[in-house]
Amino acid sequence: MTMPTNASAAAHALTDVTASDSTLRRFLHGLPGVDAVGLEGRAASLGTRSIKTTAKAYAIDLAISMVDLTTLEGADTPGKVRALGVKAVHPDPTDRTTPATAAVCVYPDMVATAKEAVAGSTVKVASVATAFPAGRAALTVKLADVREAVAAGADEIDMVIDRGAFLAGNYMKVYDEIVAVKEACGTSARLKVIFETGELSTYDNIRRASWLGMLAGADFIKTSTGKVAVNATPANTLLMLEAVRDFRAQTGIQVGVKPAGGIRTTKDAVKFLVLVNETAGEDWLDNHWFRFGASSLLNDLLMQRQKLATGRYSGPDYVTVD
Amino acid sequence: MASVFEYAPAPESRSIVDIAPSYGLFIDGEFVEAAEGKVFKTVSPSTEEVLAEIAQAGEADVDRAVKAARKAFEKWSALPGSERAKYLFRIARIIQERARELAVLETLDNGKPIKETRDADLPLVAAHFFYYAGWADKLEHAGFGRNPKPLGVAGQVIPWNFPLLMLAWKIAPALATGNTVVLKPAETTPLSALFFADICRQAGLPKGVVNILPGYGDTGAAIVAHPDVDKVAFTGSTAVGKEIARTVAGTRKKVTLELGGKGANIVFDDAPIDQAVEGIVNGIFFNQGQVCCAGSRLLVQESIQEELLESLKRRLSTLRLGDPLDKNTDIGAINSEEQLTRITSLVEQGEAEGAERWSPACEIPTAGYWFAPTLFTNVTQAHTVARDEIFGPVLSVLTFRTPDEAVAKANNTAYGLSAGIWTEKGSRILAVANKLRAGVVWSNTFNKFDPTSPFGGYKESGFGREGGRHGLEAYLAPSSPEGER
Repeated sequence: MTMPTNASAAAHALTDVTASDSTLRRFLHGLPGVDAVGLEGRAASLGTRSIKTTAKAYAIDLAISMVDLTTLEGADTPGKVRALGVKAVHPDPTDRTTPATAAVCVYPDMVATAKEAVAGSTVKVASVATAFPAGRAALTVKLADVREAVAAGADEIDMVIDRGAFLAGNYMKVYDEIVAVKEACGTSARLKVIFETGELSTYDNIRRASWLGMLAGADFIKTSTGKVAVNATPANTLLMLEAVRDFRAQTGIQVGVKPAGGIRTTKDAVKFLVLVNETAGEDWLDNHWFRFGASSLLNDLLMQRQKLATGRYSGPDYVTVD
Repeated sequence: MASVFEYAPAPESRSIVDIAPSYGLFIDGEFVEAAEGKVFKTVSPSTEEVLAEIAQAGEADVDRAVKAARKAFEKWSALPGSERAKYLFRIARIIQERARELAVLETLDNGKPIKETRDADLPLVAAHFFYYAGWADKLEHAGFGRNPKPLGVAGQVIPWNFPLLMLAWKIAPALATGNTVVLKPAETTPLSALFFADICRQAGLPKGVVNILPGYGDTGAAIVAHPDVDKVAFTGSTAVGKEIARTVAGTRKKVTLELGGKGANIVFDDAPIDQAVEGIVNGIFFNQGQVCCAGSRLLVQESIQEELLESLKRRLSTLRLGDPLDKNTDIGAINSEEQLTRITSLVEQGEAEGAERWSPACEIPTAGYWFAPTLFTNVTQAHTVARDEIFGPVLSVLTFRTPDEAVAKANNTAYGLSAGIWTEKGSRILAVANKLRAGVVWSNTFNKFDPTSPFGGYKESGFGREGGRHGLEAYLAPSSPEGER
């Protein structure tokens, strides 16, 4: 892989790689390899940054503003979704200076309810369309899922890729599906592409999936559904941050990153922000370009925020349960 | 450059280390004044603050210490290995218990970031004592004969770049094999060795087994030349190493030397680029480049030079230079004014010879000894910066076209301590590693240490090995005939 200096020429050159199955495969397999030990070592060393006082206050507010407050249960009801929406707008009822979260993330049939709940605020509504979380459905079904969600007012679509096709080496099928879903999103919804990195298993696969998603027009690349054993980790997020950084250097196009699943504490969230800051850079330190897919993280962020403001720990009853 | 995410300073508390205003020599289990009454000051390189006044050992002190060590040797060497192991295990555990204190002390005295003393130096120091404690009762199984014997009194001289770690590398195998020790720490970093003397007392180590004699080069020379020293171990510059070799030539003394280096870090076009960049950074900016096995020559395949350099420069721009006690600091202070002068003059020579100099924008503190991370591009084998050891945060970038050329350039040096290979192709790692004349060859990593792994050099990088089973050999006499005890 060479690093052309002229971004638009590079973007043009990259359209050639999707010309056929074989050019796409050759490109993805020609990306620089990932050394697992080195990658995890780097992620661990960035995890030792000590973020305190003003830096911590900044990080907590930034992290709150990046949360995609999520409920993805079979038992979701309009009442649950409304409660979530209200919380997203005013995460801490005792302190109105607390920033709103970035979005609420719900199943497609709950989009309209969520949209009502956050009306008039900056909070976006994201929906996991495309036969989430398995992705095992016909493309027509997935596209219908997406169109319904967009029609109901979804600002963002979180799509799962066909991991089976990817692992079988059928990259073109994955690419075509993403392109089709992106088209179904139209101009109103941004597309987040979920790789389910735990199922892709190797770091080389995660780097290839990242590039595949970006080539197909993803607005965001996202680690996981939160429904499998291994979800977001510092290492796989670091790897995806390197990918968006390199993609922008080559094409001039900026793509967002969303780690999801398993990030529960403020300490963890801050470590991810350090990864963003020192890998992709400060251009990504904004909820337009970085998100946390999390449901329980928000309360810990709020408790830590209260601690910084008052000097005392409050407790779980001083933040809302949902 | 102001960033939107400014990390607030996170300094480690220096109150957890109690530095006395003055320290004596540690001879025969006691802290004593120097016979001639001479003292010198040790300063903190990041602030130029005087930390303590240290007694300076002269020839009479050396003689006293060697005599104490000789006397202690009789009993110490006669102890069963399992007994010596107990002392070493105890020392290792005390080091772990006092790790935070020692990390802060080392950072104050040496100038290196607390991140490194805390996460690299101290864990390794304890690991070396644990490792050699394990060998103490198994020497017959080390592969050096049925009944290997200690040599006697070991005179050891260590450098300022890893003061406590180099002490551990020297003292742990010496004691495990039954030798006693007279050790001179470097004049700019004597404190951790003196704290170690205190740890020896805390561990109840018999008097005279370990003696610590701070001082300058003449103190070291007196130890090396002392007729009753049986073994000399030195880590430091090649020039001093040669002098030591001349001194001991023709005597019965055994000697090991760990000297300079100009390590090649070879990056092939199929390397894992992001991890290679980390390895390059770790290879040359770890401990401000003041590492004898630093990867100070980057050999990059011409076809990926541009991409790699772009990544490397971007990465260097994120390095944080400043207060070494701040947990977020990546680059600390240069150890001494003298060393800073040497780095500065070599870098100026590099520029004068036509190499292209680059450093990221970074603020340099006003007090203390500092040098910004520096890259030299357009470097050839003929440049001084590609040949001389700079021992500072200065990387020379050279290119190659084929694996053969990479090997030829990597080996084209007076040194041979370390090398690195970066490629995703396993067969290439093996093929290239076999052709490199260097004591350590790291593949897809750099500057990784472990007590089980021997370390040492080729050519002007010295001889003998420290660490691992091989490290025992330097402290053992040839095996006695079978049956004799």
